[in-house]
Amino acid sequence: MGLRAFFDRIEPHFLKGGKYETYFPIYEMVESFLFTPKTVTTAAPHARSYIDMKRIMTYVVIATIPCILFAWYNTGYQANSAIAAGLEPSYWQSSIGGLFGYDPDNLIANLWHGACFFFPIYIVTLVAGGICEVIFATIRRHEVNEGFLVTSMLYTLIMPATAPLWQVALGIIFGVVIGKEVFGGTGKNFLNPALTGRAFLYFAYPAQMSGDAVWTPVDGFSGATALAVSAADGFQELAANGLTWLDAFLGFMQGSLGETSTLAALIGLTLLLITRIANWRLVVGCLGGMIAFSTLLNLIGSETNPMFAMPWYWHLVVGGYAFGLAFMVTEPVSASHTNMGRYIYGALIGVMVVMIRVINPAFPEGMMLAILFGNVFAPLIDYFVVQANIRRRAKRHA
Amino acid sequence: MAQTRKEMLTDPLVDNNPITLQVLGICSALAVTTSLEVALVMSLAVIFVTGFASMFISIIRNHIPSSIRIIVQMVIIASLVIVVDQFLKAFAFEISKTLSVFVGLIITNCIVMGRAEAFAMKNPPVASFIDGVGNGLGYGLILMLVAVIRELFGSGSLFGVTILQTVNNGGWYVPNGLLLLPPSAFFIIGLIIWAFRSWKPAQVEEREYKIQVVDAH
Repeated sequence: MGLRAFFDRIEPHFLKGGKYETYFPIYEMVESFLFTPKTVTTAAPHARSYIDMKRIMTYVVIATIPCILFAWYNTGYQANSAIAAGLEPSYWQSSIGGLFGYDPDNLIANLWHGACFFFPIYIVTLVAGGICEVIFATIRRHEVNEGFLVTSMLYTLIMPATAPLWQVALGIIFGVVIGKEVFGGTGKNFLNPALTGRAFLYFAYPAQMSGDAVWTPVDGFSGATALAVSAADGFQELAANGLTWLDAFLGFMQGSLGETSTLAALIGLTLLLITRIANWRLVVGCLGGMIAFSTLLNLIGSETNPMFAMPWYWHLVVGGYAFGLAFMVTEPVSASHTNMGRYIYGALIGVMVVMIRVINPAFPEGMMLAILFGNVFAPLIDYFVVQANIRRRAKRHA
Repeated sequence: MAQTRKEMLTDPLVDNNPITLQVLGICSALAVTTSLEVALVMSLAVIFVTGFASMFISIIRNHIPSSIRIIVQMVIIASLVIVVDQFLKAFAFEISKTLSVFVGLIITNCIVMGRAEAFAMKNPPVASFIDGVGNGLGYGLILMLVAVIRELFGSGSLFGVTILQTVNNGGWYVPNGLLLLPPSAFFIIGLIIWAFRSWKPAQVEEREYKIQVVDAH
């Protein structure tokens, strides 16, 4: 227990009146990252539970592991395939990434090449966002929260592999400051910080964040995402491009780092549902809304817009729907807090996704905007649910 | 009045700024701040209108029946706005095209109406004129601040003169497309309000609610 003794020795410096009093949040961050916090709730009400904020956040990070692994594999696989097709590796990450060769059939080579793109983005995210977080914690005297680990991981997974690192930094700073800290920090953010940062980049630098050329980190390679293909020619054309439903479900396609694999997202979602960190009502609402609305559009049909014909099981596997469903719709802070509200909130997002994807010609992908839209409406939904409940009870006792 | 004339002019710049403290006139601040030139013309137009509208309303303030005072104020403001609009069309046609409907919408700018109601109806003409100009200046100040940020980082130039050479023209700067969209002005105004209120804590509003803290026992 040498480390514990070390912390006990330096702790007085950070307490009130100590030499480094101002930097207490940083001390607290490191200490509570390594050890269980000593503080316990002293005032009523007491709820005993092993689930504290730290554990919740750690579970979410664990739940993203399948997505992370698949992000490495798929990014490397896409890049190596492009290189095998005759293109030159052009990004600096590829020079390290070629350690095990550029063979798309070699598992290790793919994983390593993808990881070489994943880690620069992740490290920049942690450093840039972490600095903001610590500055705010120091000035506002609140604790640095493990929530940031989740935010930074989700944010990394929804970046395109080719995102310039300074844009990555700018985006996470915007996400942490505007999406979270201005409202008071973790637990008071009504927007999902990771998505706020991503949306900022999407509108600020569309050339680097969307289109056909950004998903595979090899210069000169142009591969439309499944959604872009479907929007142009209809989902039937996907098969002609060599993408079967199973491929899309497993995630062998163009897309942001970690969002392509529906399977990986669903494994993560299962873990979150079993540990009850994700509320199943949100998932039911979001799936229900998406299935109902896309089926309705299938029935209506359209001569000019091939997206109308896209069935729900394709909507599920393409783009960021599954990833957003697993990790962002279910985020407890920015979602609705009433049970009835959760169904409505989920359904609102499900309907909006299909609406943006199918009917709005400007944006091929809709999950990010739909979730942010849902975030904004969540408090309103809660308000009406609570009011309805009050009215119902008033009538019963009248 | 307790205020001296100098205070009337300078008070609305920071301490009682119509945009950052009273949060009025936001619409046009979102719409016309993509370039500094347009923002400058818009500011001058608003300064002119608020100044003279306040003065004219103040001159006839004792003859305006209270029941129709808003209509009378609107007539005066609208006449002035039409003068500005025609003037711009005659002498700065390009800019008037960019400003398009927003010159006409100065009529509905809450700052003009607000000063007429709150100040000009109760004060003599010269003081009203100064107050109107001061508030116009306060509006203009924020407009210019927002426009500097948006034009510099959104298109890499100031007053149309290139400062940061953009990538498309062979330079190094990647312009931030979000700043060319109106919502970005919301963020910038919000950040300016944040900065102002950190600088002058007196502007911070009282909380609408108190978070109750139970003491440990």
